[in-house]
Amino acid sequence: MNLRDSRAVFAKELQAENLHVWRADRHVLKGVGFVLPLGECLKVSGPNGAGKTTLLRTLCGLIFPEEGRVLADGEDVRADLRAFHASLMYLGHEAPLKADLTARENLRYWIGVRRALPAQALDGALARVGAGAWCDRLVRTLSAGQRRRVALAGLALMFTPLWLLDEPTTNLDTEGQRVAGELMAEQLARGGAIVVAAHQELPDAVRGARVLELAA
Amino acid sequence: MSWTWFHKLASPPYVYKLAARLTPWFAWPAALLILAGLYAGLVLAPPDYQQGEGFRIIYVHAPSAWLSIMVYVVMGVSAAIGLIWRIKVAHAVAASCAPVGASFTVAALVTGSLWGKPMWGTFWEWDPRLTSELILLFLYLGYLGLRAGFDDTQRADRASALLAVVGLVNVPIIHYSVTWWNSLHQAPSVMRVGKPAMPAAMLTPLLMVLLGFTLFFVALLLVRLRAEVLRRERTASWLREALRA
Amino acid sequence: MRSAGLSAPASSVAVAAGPVSRDAAASAPALTAACLAVSRDLALAFRRRGQLVQPLAFFVLVTLLFPLAVSPELARLRSIAPGVLWVAALLASLLALEFLFRDDAQDGTLEQYALSGQSLTWLMFAKTLAHWLLTGLPLSIVAPFAALSLGVGPAALPGILAAMVVGTVTLSLIGAIAAALTLGMKRSGVLLALLTLPLSLPVLICGARATELAVSGNAYLAPLELLAALAVLAVTLAPLAAAAAVRISLE
Repeated sequence: MNLRDSRAVFAKELQAENLHVWRADRHVLKGVGFVLPLGECLKVSGPNGAGKTTLLRTLCGLIFPEEGRVLADGEDVRADLRAFHASLMYLGHEAPLKADLTARENLRYWIGVRRALPAQALDGALARVGAGAWCDRLVRTLSAGQRRRVALAGLALMFTPLWLLDEPTTNLDTEGQRVAGELMAEQLARGGAIVVAAHQELPDAVRGARVLELAA
Repeated sequence: MSWTWFHKLASPPYVYKLAARLTPWFAWPAALLILAGLYAGLVLAPPDYQQGEGFRIIYVHAPSAWLSIMVYVVMGVSAAIGLIWRIKVAHAVAASCAPVGASFTVAALVTGSLWGKPMWGTFWEWDPRLTSELILLFLYLGYLGLRAGFDDTQRADRASALLAVVGLVNVPIIHYSVTWWNSLHQAPSVMRVGKPAMPAAMLTPLLMVLLGFTLFFVALLLVRLRAEVLRRERTASWLREALRA
Repeated sequence: MRSAGLSAPASSVAVAAGPVSRDAAASAPALTAACLAVSRDLALAFRRRGQLVQPLAFFVLVTLLFPLAVSPELARLRSIAPGVLWVAALLASLLALEFLFRDDAQDGTLEQYALSGQSLTWLMFAKTLAHWLLTGLPLSIVAPFAALSLGVGPAALPGILAAMVVGTVTLSLIGAIAAALTLGMKRSGVLLALLTLPLSLPVLICGARATELAVSGNAYLAPLELLAALAVLAVTLAPLAAAAAVRISLE
């Protein structure tokens, strides 16, 4: 079993090296590669079906590439996947929220499994995304935009070196997009890295990000 | 130790050609052994003093039963190899084995049942061997069903490989449970096959047919493997070259 | 597609400051994570309390079928009671299995578990434990009452309870593997049964034997110990297999 010491698994950069991924006989990722130093943001864009989600999930280690590797600080992430996972946060298309629980409870379970979550931190994050008024309502009664905000609150609680976000600003109004942009800028400012898959424009705060274009 | 031969076996084009070359080496001896063994068993061997001519079905029943388990083991081992080392050819081998193993199991059950009628007067007896065979059939059917449930070949491969490994671990446990269950209820165990006191005249044909069936399985596996590789690699360039040649 | 290299950004100062501090996010210990996983599943189940009763109702219904289908004579029912109880328990726990992972897989919770940095095996054990607390345990408590209705004497009830409690643990664990394997398949109910039942046969055999001995007033410790051995084996190996199956479904 791995010794979970406090070494930072991820201190310099994330690298994708010649990733080839097939999904059901379709060659989705054809030799994708990039180097992402900490403190920067990479936007992955492309038309629908180009493989943005596939790339994010391959970077997470969920999908095993046919060829190529994902490297954190020059080491294959597969050597210690759990430590790599501990240093990343992945937010997929759908926010992982349970309809029968409140927003607050959802966050408590979702983030609590990963880190110690004192009550003030939870309240702070909910207030940050503007959920203070409705955070104790069942998620079933919330709109898509509100659910997305709760997901952002989860993001605000995880100070992991790497964020992998799949269309984080879907369904958000202008205020929501501003908050998302702020959160992302803060992540970059404290030395974290972000890989964002989006086919829309990113929020203003991170508009200057590098772009990786995937062809369909 | 050089592992190149192992790595070569992971390459679909190599396996495709190798399977074509090896098939006749297994198919012809298999045919000869089975025919010779069946002739020796059905015609030449003396009748059993107790069961008369009816016992001759053992020459088909016992090898079928033995093969049904052996094929499951081969399937489980190649599934494990495919799962751990992510070798697609191993998954193709497991996929090719499954229907063959299921057929052997059905053959064992049918011949066992046919044997039962003249011997005990009933087509079915819940003795441990037949019951274990029946459960093995369901393990095969579960594997085939799981495979069929996924369109994505890779997902089907990996999920069914895990099932095969779990099944392989469970087979001894199930077998011992069934034997224990049977002993509790003192059901008569009528099929005493493979008793050490079998005379050579009866044992030799049995072994010949057994070996013949095994070679037949390998030949069949090679043919099915080629077809499976063809299906999986239908878009690959090496295949277009090979077919043009 | 290789992206172009880039010039040193303004945030290089932050990079030079070192890796992102993890103090603000100390990881949760495994036990806390497991407790949260269990309490989430329990909380969710209690929000839909009506559904909790369904496997129990099914169990009682199936046991009810036998007096109607076979004979109302208590003596005759007593002789088939062990088998009836165990088959009904097996079928009832099969019904409940589909819901073990399905919702979590659909909304991405399972994915978050796999990416949490916690041991997925441990989390799968926690989920299966929660599932057993919600289905297997209530089933085991109802079973003695169903046994009474089949003409079993009260002296046998502790034995029946013990066998059921231990046996349903293994059934939940084995079922978890099959449920994880069939994730993502539409209409997987029958296949789930086809996969789980052969693997559950040893539990059925030992459990029915223990119950039979208890009903006839004999010592039932030996088969109960076998049931316990199966449970220990299942607890050690099944969550591993379930975690592997979940990872396969996330690929």
